[in-house]
Amino acid sequence: MSTGTTKLDVVVSDVVPVNDLVTRFHFRRRDGQLLPTFSGGAHVVVEMRDGERTRLNPYSLMGSPLDTREYTISVRRDDVGRGGSLFMHRSVKPGMEMVVSYPVNLFSLDLRAKKHLMLAGGIGITPFMAQTAQLAAEGGNFELHYTCRTASLGTYADVLRERYDRRVRLYHDDLEERIELDRLLSTQPLGTHLYVCGPAGMINWVRDRAASLGWPAETVHFEHFAAPQPGLPFDVRLAVSGKSIRVDEQQSLLEAIEAAGVDPPYLCRGGVCGQCETNVISCDGKFIHNDHWLSEEEHRSGKKIMPCVSRFEGRSLVLER
Amino acid sequence: MGITFRKETFRDDFTFKNSPEHIRRFPFPFHEDAYMYAVNIEPHVVGPRGSVLENLIDVDEHYVAEMQDRALVLAEDPLRCQSLPHMTLAGWDLLELLMEQQALGYPEHFTLTRDGDRWRWINRPLGIDDTFTFGDTSTLPYGPMEYITRQSQGDFCILDQRDGNLWMDAGMVTTQADWSLDFDIGMNFFEWHAPVPLAHEKGIFVRALKFLTNIQQGKPARRLNWTMTINPRLDTSPENYHKWGPDRATVTPDNVGDKVHLRVELQSFWRLPRSNGIVFPIRCYLIKMDELVTQPKWARRLHRVIRDLPDELANYKGLTRYRPALVEWLSKLDDGSPTSPGFGPD
Repeated sequence: MSTGTTKLDVVVSDVVPVNDLVTRFHFRRRDGQLLPTFSGGAHVVVEMRDGERTRLNPYSLMGSPLDTREYTISVRRDDVGRGGSLFMHRSVKPGMEMVVSYPVNLFSLDLRAKKHLMLAGGIGITPFMAQTAQLAAEGGNFELHYTCRTASLGTYADVLRERYDRRVRLYHDDLEERIELDRLLSTQPLGTHLYVCGPAGMINWVRDRAASLGWPAETVHFEHFAAPQPGLPFDVRLAVSGKSIRVDEQQSLLEAIEAAGVDPPYLCRGGVCGQCETNVISCDGKFIHNDHWLSEEEHRSGKKIMPCVSRFEGRSLVLER
Repeated sequence: MGITFRKETFRDDFTFKNSPEHIRRFPFPFHEDAYMYAVNIEPHVVGPRGSVLENLIDVDEHYVAEMQDRALVLAEDPLRCQSLPHMTLAGWDLLELLMEQQALGYPEHFTLTRDGDRWRWINRPLGIDDTFTFGDTSTLPYGPMEYITRQSQGDFCILDQRDGNLWMDAGMVTTQADWSLDFDIGMNFFEWHAPVPLAHEKGIFVRALKFLTNIQQGKPARRLNWTMTINPRLDTSPENYHKWGPDRATVTPDNVGDKVHLRVELQSFWRLPRSNGIVFPIRCYLIKMDELVTQPKWARRLHRVIRDLPDELANYKGLTRYRPALVEWLSKLDDGSPTSPGFGPD
């Protein structure tokens, strides 16, 4: 099977600054047709042509799944990241032609749930924008708890409050408002499913508390995209294709492999879906594993790496690619 | 030019047969002179004109008769069609998929007009012209899955995806090779495949599940599966075993050509957009031995495949009782000469 998903040729139909950190981008199909339908929680991978470099970053679709005239994503500017969000903020203008993937959902609603309890932190609000729209249209039962740093950085907090009123509860860090998590998790009706999307610390906290309070693992859903982290450059030998490549500080291993003309499969580019799992043939050095796919044992074995988010420091690395 | 739909039966007097054009388009499942399980999955893309892959959802000369047979099965046993409460959205996804594909492939027979969520569906072969509100179950005579699968050839399983597994949570199953939706409903991928011999040891289901849970929207996949059936009976269900099981004892050297049918399933896998479920259409094609052996390559190859099939597989597929008679009959059509590569007739 070919790599990734089917591509969509789109044009940027609008760019809307939302607050100091977040900008929203609207895409329409270049041929004027409707975009593919999607489900709440889905993401698309946006291709960014930044000079010589191509970046492929996943972003949650945040519009209503009922409206496929356009896709919308919200991008939080990360001044110390690898540059994808800066490219979106600085270089993407209305009218620009871009390519995005078909939607992929790795953070799906469990439609059996009697109630959907959603916990968002910061920009982790975006998948819930689509999920709440989907559930509201079907008369679904949901409740959203949203933590943000300040009221002015509470992206879409106003929109959500207006749409769903008391079904949305806001917590501001600067006012030292905190979710009373244990109370919240202990007082839910049977059949409730829990969804969490936000910083890794928040996801881990919620999952730990939920497990301690007896929530079955299959009722706890989380979106755990790790953005690829920058790091020291390193060299890799690709044994199958017979190529030697260098991974730059700001590049992911997967991007460097692709830049050399080799196309491993991928879907999420965030260490979650498992598609780009790659065998290590030999190595002399240490791995920096950032994925949520391989087991701890596999991380320790040094025999596998997820090139979308993980890196390497050392003398030599040979991969089965 | 449209399809000429045959008047025929899949029960009682068994008048089902294939026209010469349909014999040539039969999806013969063996690309070499032997058969063993493999994860034989490939992208479900449009194939050559005149093949069953000409359209991604195939409608053929048996359409009307198959839909009549389905209605008879459902009248006797409504549990052949089930949808757990959380699967209604997936049913709408399937309705959209099948209406779009049938209208696209066969505009002379099917027309879909969409005006927002107001849809009009015209099915000329079955004399249906309905206007309804997409998403509003009260505007259709059945639930969305049942409505559209009463008008679409093949069985349909809708699988919910959660917890890294697939769950058989809805389906319309009336043309099955000896399995029961009513038994499997609510089971996960490993549970409903538990009875299959040999494949677990080969790790096939683990790999297949990994593949299926990653099926992407806009990128359906397919595989062929096969078994054999005595008489052209679509409904070989466990519920009706008493009706068709004894048929296996009726095969004699004189009636092999008429009674024994190769039964091929074209299975495809599609991601559903709103529900994030997977639909798994299982389209059944039947061909009697007399029809199949009009293609000499198929006759030679089928002889070698059936003769050399491992006993476990022959048993699982229910061939054991009549295999000797079938092999004997086919052997007379196998002169030992080589067969050309690939599925198609020479």
